[in-house]
Amino acid sequence: MEKILRINLSAEGGPKTTLESIGKYAGLGGRGLTSCLVSDEVDPLCAPLGAYNKLVFAPGLLSATPATTSSRLSVGCKSPLTGGIKESNAGGQAAAVLAKLNYAAIILEGRTPGTDLWKIIIGADGVSFEKCNELRGLGNYDTVAKLIETHGEECAYMTIGQAGEYKLGAASIACTDRELRPTRHLGRGGVGAVMGSKNIKAFVLKEKDARFAKASDPIKFKAAALSFAEGMKRHSVTGQALPAFGTNVLTNVLNEAGAYPTNNFKTGQFAGASKISGETLAALETERGGEPTHGCQRGCVIQCSGIFHDKDGKYLTKQPEYETVWSHGGNCGIDDLDAIAMLDRLDDDIGLDTIETGVAVGVAMEAGVIQFGDSEGAIRLVKEIGEGTPLGRIIGSGAGITGKVFGVERVPVVKNQALPAYDPRGVQGIGVTYATTTQGADHTAGYAIATNILKVGGFVDPLGTAGQVELSRNLQIATAAVDSTGLCLFIAFPILDQPDTFQSLLDLLNSFYGFSLTGDDVTALGKRVLKAERDFNARAGFGPADDRLPEFFQKEKLAPHNVTFNITNEELDTVFNF
Amino acid sequence: MRLNVKLFATFREGRFEIAELERPDGSTLGRLIDDLAIPRDEIGFVLVQCRHAELDHQPASGDTVSIFPKVGGG
Repeated sequence: MEKILRINLSAEGGPKTTLESIGKYAGLGGRGLTSCLVSDEVDPLCAPLGAYNKLVFAPGLLSATPATTSSRLSVGCKSPLTGGIKESNAGGQAAAVLAKLNYAAIILEGRTPGTDLWKIIIGADGVSFEKCNELRGLGNYDTVAKLIETHGEECAYMTIGQAGEYKLGAASIACTDRELRPTRHLGRGGVGAVMGSKNIKAFVLKEKDARFAKASDPIKFKAAALSFAEGMKRHSVTGQALPAFGTNVLTNVLNEAGAYPTNNFKTGQFAGASKISGETLAALETERGGEPTHGCQRGCVIQCSGIFHDKDGKYLTKQPEYETVWSHGGNCGIDDLDAIAMLDRLDDDIGLDTIETGVAVGVAMEAGVIQFGDSEGAIRLVKEIGEGTPLGRIIGSGAGITGKVFGVERVPVVKNQALPAYDPRGVQGIGVTYATTTQGADHTAGYAIATNILKVGGFVDPLGTAGQVELSRNLQIATAAVDSTGLCLFIAFPILDQPDTFQSLLDLLNSFYGFSLTGDDVTALGKRVLKAERDFNARAGFGPADDRLPEFFQKEKLAPHNVTFNITNEELDTVFNF
Repeated sequence: MRLNVKLFATFREGRFEIAELERPDGSTLGRLIDDLAIPRDEIGFVLVQCRHAELDHQPASGDTVSIFPKVGGG
């Protein structure tokens, strides 16, 4: 994976490509590469939807290998939602194809003139650009179906739906999964809007002649890959819970712990939680001929995804993730899995971050646009996003804008990005991450839930303040490193608990690249990535005042624990003291 | 004493989702788990009245006990 493909969309006479060697970015992949490139090349004060923002796609360090879970893709830019640096991450097939075509990164810069929509076709035979105005206004499902008619099934597709075309803050970029469905999204931060602002509707990534890269030490690599996969299967989370129930197993967990944000973060428990739990979802999928165990990418041994059929036994959507079931479910007072699955389908089709969309709908409910619990109303609102009505554009611009338009005080966002499915008052560690991560309110950036709630990697009492800053800091550093490998973040459960599996991860990198990395090097990589991101944000005008939770988390007590967020501002400002 | 016991995920197999159980006064969570034939090394975490508790904890009558195997997500 040696080459960086630079695409200048503004070039005279049509888009121009140049191929560059990875140069000073050797040793970086995924988020490490996108964040360093964005921090180096993008003016932090640029207009995010303008020609000077760049969209940088990077598969991970191991995406060109057969290592399990290695097809994770990162995309980076200045976010039109947060105004700061963004890395958004997705599974599916795209990363593997890009990496096996020998690309370390694709940098999309400039903007094509006029209003034509374009698709970018990348294969072993080169890169080409074609207008595709016939795809204008289509959702991701129809877009992919039409692209398959032209380009076939031996491809991975990255597309935007209507939301990206409308350049909305909640717009995502969809990546196709193994069944060629646009269900794995580069979701957060409006990356779909940036793609739309450059008039790019789709990437066609052709698999023909894309090959696994050769390891520096193939025998050691094979052994490391086997050991790593065995470690995934041995750990109860990745080996049993996730394949059986998917991420939605967390609904009952957070609800029992009293940290399940209900009705726009009003309380910590939802009466309807059991009806939308992972246990109920898995049973329903099986009953209707769907599938509770499914891999979003080839070769994944965890298989946390699934397939959801409707009441008539027909495919509706992939198994909704915990974040989606929460954002459209308990956050909105909705306890109907069919309504939630329909909302997931709509989000995937229109091309929306499910977290941002669900929280925006919750804010609209707070404003009285519709009532909490009104599932038909929620479906109507999300459909309006796809239709581009003024109300749809408001909701599709995210929770922050929706709150401003309707004069709502209780808007759960940090850096204008919506909070995910864990109340920071009930899980103080995740509150530290939400407040301080460069990404805006983001749970994966430093997933304190693991240690605060799940007792993975030790235990830190979720309601206390002790140890939370250190926990968030360490997880943010480790995550920035894992996000650079192209491996799924769920490897964190085994590598936090099983030292031999962590060693297998080092062995994978070392045997593939001929490195001699130790655990300290992994930490150093994480710190390097975070420093590049913090530097960009500082130059974009961010300061300590942006590393705070909304006021109501400090003032309003959350039932059932009757607790507020208690980490002080001074403590928050020590997270990045390295 | 009476406890309101909830089991989740794989722990429900061959057992129950929710049950009111009569337990000896002062008995521990560990003893409850043993009596339910749940292997201790499969326990992820246990909540009593929504708070994490260790296996030597003695719940009070009327407490809700939520028992989870090792689970995760994101």
